[in-house]
Amino acid sequence: MSDLNTQLVEKYRNNFLQEVKDNVEEGDWVKMCMQCGVCSGSCPMGPYWDHPPQEIFMMIRANKREEVLSSNSMWMCTSCYNCIARCPRELPITHIMHGLAHYAKRLGLAPKNQPTIKFSQLFWDNLMKKGRVNELKLGLSLYFMNGFAEGVKKAWKMKDIGLGMTLTRRLNPLEILGGHGVKDQTGFQNMIKKAQELEAARIESSVKK
Amino acid sequence: MAEVIKTGTYICKGCDLGHRLDTDQLENIATGEGGAVLAKQHDFLCSQVGVEMIREDIDKGEINRLVIAACSRRAKTEAFRFDDIAMTRVNLREGVIWIRPETDEAKETTQEMANDYVRMGCTEVKFMHTPDPSHEQTLNKHILVVGGGYTGMTSALESSKAGYLVTIVEKSDSLGGTAGKLHKKVPTHSPYRDPEDTGVTELTALIAADPNITVHLQSKITNTEGAPGRFTVSISAESGNTINETFGSIIQASGFTAYDANQLTEFAYTDNADVITQLELEALAKEASGGAIKRPSDGKEVERVIFVQCAGQRSQKEGHLSYCSGFCCNTSIKQAMYFKDSNPDIYTNVIYTDLRTPGAGGEDFYRSGQDKGITFTKGTVNTIANNNGNLSVNYKDIILDEDSTLDVDLVVLATGMIANSGVNIDAVKEDEDADSTEVAVPVESILNLQYRQGPDMPQLVNGFVDSHFICFPYETRRTGIYAAGPVRRPMDTKQAADDATGAAMKAIQAVENAGKGRAAHPRSGDLSFPSFRKEGCTQCKRCTVECPFGAINEDEKGYPQYNESRCRRCGTCMGACPVRVISFENYSIDTVGQQIKAVEIPEESEEKPRILVLACENDAYPALDMAALNRVEYSPYVRVVPVRCLGSMNTIFITDALNSGYDGVVMMGCKKGVDYQCHFVKGSEMAHYRLSKVADTLQTLNLEEERVAVHEVAITDIKRAPQLIDDMAKTIEEIGLSPFKF
Repeated sequence: MSDLNTQLVEKYRNNFLQEVKDNVEEGDWVKMCMQCGVCSGSCPMGPYWDHPPQEIFMMIRANKREEVLSSNSMWMCTSCYNCIARCPRELPITHIMHGLAHYAKRLGLAPKNQPTIKFSQLFWDNLMKKGRVNELKLGLSLYFMNGFAEGVKKAWKMKDIGLGMTLTRRLNPLEILGGHGVKDQTGFQNMIKKAQELEAARIESSVKK
Repeated sequence: MAEVIKTGTYICKGCDLGHRLDTDQLENIATGEGGAVLAKQHDFLCSQVGVEMIREDIDKGEINRLVIAACSRRAKTEAFRFDDIAMTRVNLREGVIWIRPETDEAKETTQEMANDYVRMGCTEVKFMHTPDPSHEQTLNKHILVVGGGYTGMTSALESSKAGYLVTIVEKSDSLGGTAGKLHKKVPTHSPYRDPEDTGVTELTALIAADPNITVHLQSKITNTEGAPGRFTVSISAESGNTINETFGSIIQASGFTAYDANQLTEFAYTDNADVITQLELEALAKEASGGAIKRPSDGKEVERVIFVQCAGQRSQKEGHLSYCSGFCCNTSIKQAMYFKDSNPDIYTNVIYTDLRTPGAGGEDFYRSGQDKGITFTKGTVNTIANNNGNLSVNYKDIILDEDSTLDVDLVVLATGMIANSGVNIDAVKEDEDADSTEVAVPVESILNLQYRQGPDMPQLVNGFVDSHFICFPYETRRTGIYAAGPVRRPMDTKQAADDATGAAMKAIQAVENAGKGRAAHPRSGDLSFPSFRKEGCTQCKRCTVECPFGAINEDEKGYPQYNESRCRRCGTCMGACPVRVISFENYSIDTVGQQIKAVEIPEESEEKPRILVLACENDAYPALDMAALNRVEYSPYVRVVPVRCLGSMNTIFITDALNSGYDGVVMMGCKKGVDYQCHFVKGSEMAHYRLSKVADTLQTLNLEEERVAVHEVAITDIKRAPQLIDDMAKTIEEIGLSPFKF
């Protein structure tokens, strides 16, 4: 368990709702849920995740910190926005889901082998190298995410699509050699660094407050 | 009355009637068989010229009975309004041409239909008289309000503002009732965020300053007799003084009693001082007056509180209330705000199964509660136990489907309302029959009515005073006595204030109508009233028992004693009377019976059946009219007679009809039962009961049971009502014509 996590547990003892309100993007909205269940009924991924949004909100109120933050629920969200469109209380449910996912990941509580989390990390790492997404590398790293043998199998299976994309100039094989990036590489790295510093400072002050 | 009957029949040729029907033939029938002294045709009878023509004949004394053969009695009522003469309407438009196709084959049967309706109208009117009030009435602009709570006070003020004298009788030593015990009330104004002042102090001050309002505190009503316009009421004070006063009408705002939480053993109410009801929390909040609320057991400031919704309510368990009291969800939100507004750190959790926040601002108020940080948990509380001075609430979370426990300082139970409706007069009757050994808790009567049918108002379900929830909410089954507030149905102060205003308006109407000898809802303005032929009466008391409004008392000899202003003119007594001696001036056994006999019954060989339809004028008849408006066709062999209520149906009508050769009888009344739609509450039920016995009659006549049908028809049954008629026509086709055609 991360140090930050321990501090936050200390701080918000028995009041997870308050913790969510203070630290999760759009978390202040959770208290406004009226448990009608329209979000759960509207979610196309509903049958596949641990807890639908309605339950997640109820668990937050019932102080089930561990269960909420380690659940796979918010990682299953595809941002289709059905729940937001239908919520009679106008809760930004999709945003809350992403907020919770982000928070869980930061505290190191997100489930370890959840594919969406893995992919998200790959995407982030890929993007941070040059400030642009290298689609060829991202695609390949996705194939080899679960080991070399599986990667070869998947790549072989997708070879026709890859070839077709190359022929229609949707894919540049030369990208494998490094690929394109933003013009000002140093500026980009500095910007990200600054943003991360600001975020860290915010959390630190939130823990101390 | 040796009066010479001079009938005038006026036939309209407008709205295509002249084109579709042979009006000359109708005129001949009116003057021939119908016995009219004059019959006139007009191209546009409801025009000023047409109406003036009729008026002139009446004024010159040419006629003293009027038949208008034109559209339905429900159309053109303003144009064809002749209050000073006995009149009837023959429905040629909605009743004949609009429900028949315009074809050559249909022409003959359509004309026969019109001919019969003219015969029926001319016959009916011969047996009618101009209604004349009994002159027993008095105008008494003094209204009695029973109960000085929020409802009672509002009724009193509203009546006073309209210029009526009011007397309030309150049994406790102050005005205000339950609302007076509240700290604050659920907001009634936008933005519906915070609890607001109850307003009871202002109301009490307004009452004190109002010269039209007299208040009797610590007083009860020990006797009520009479009728609207002349209720004589004895008001007895605790000190022993009794005064007698006369009132025009009465508003019963006797409110409610809180449910006894001692019955809730699972919530340990009796054993734990910190398990309290909502009403008890109001007292604590009033004491704290915005400061920290302290719990009763040890005076500790409350830090954690749970509200248990539906405590002993909405449950089928023994001793629980089966219904929702409607106010408690909003009240719990309001009370949780008492805590949150004094200190936002106090933990407040409302455990509910279905949160319902009625009223315009209910949803906003709920949202405001959530915004203030009140937790709402969808669940049911299993047990409440004492845990070292604190309370352990064990509940089942319905969303997470698991049992949890919360430790709190205080538990508030949302218990329900029980109406103060006095003696259940129907239960008393049942007890006598059942000879039960169970000792009933003696309930004190509120009105002490000297009515034959019992000392209080009849109840419908769950002990609330009977009033129709949707159609006529303030009406009760005792004319001139109106129920308002939680005695009628569970409600909060906002709804009670609306209710009180409505009841005040009804009470004023009752006073004014009684002063003019006119009927109250739904036959408002009707001047006719029932009378009976004393020499024929067998003192069987059926009319006094069956009157849905308790309008009829008995005199010392057991004869019925009518109280005109209590009567709603439904005619249920007329239908009840086995010797048929009860009648109204313009509605009697004869006006209906003779119409039935006036129809020409064709020879059996002609193969034209005749079906009699007796349709309630409130719902079934309008439904048929509307069907006609939509040009829904139905059988030409039917003859429809509108009746005031199916309750006024005497079984003699059916026997007579079948004896004289009708092939079938269809009766259409309103929905009966707990969710009744009958305008006279019990009329339809009575009719169904009486007609359940008609099978014997049919057997003695050696006729098939299918020839008589009773249906519940709503005003919206535009397609179904004609269908029911056609169904009967089909049945007759199957079983064959009646053998009673001579």
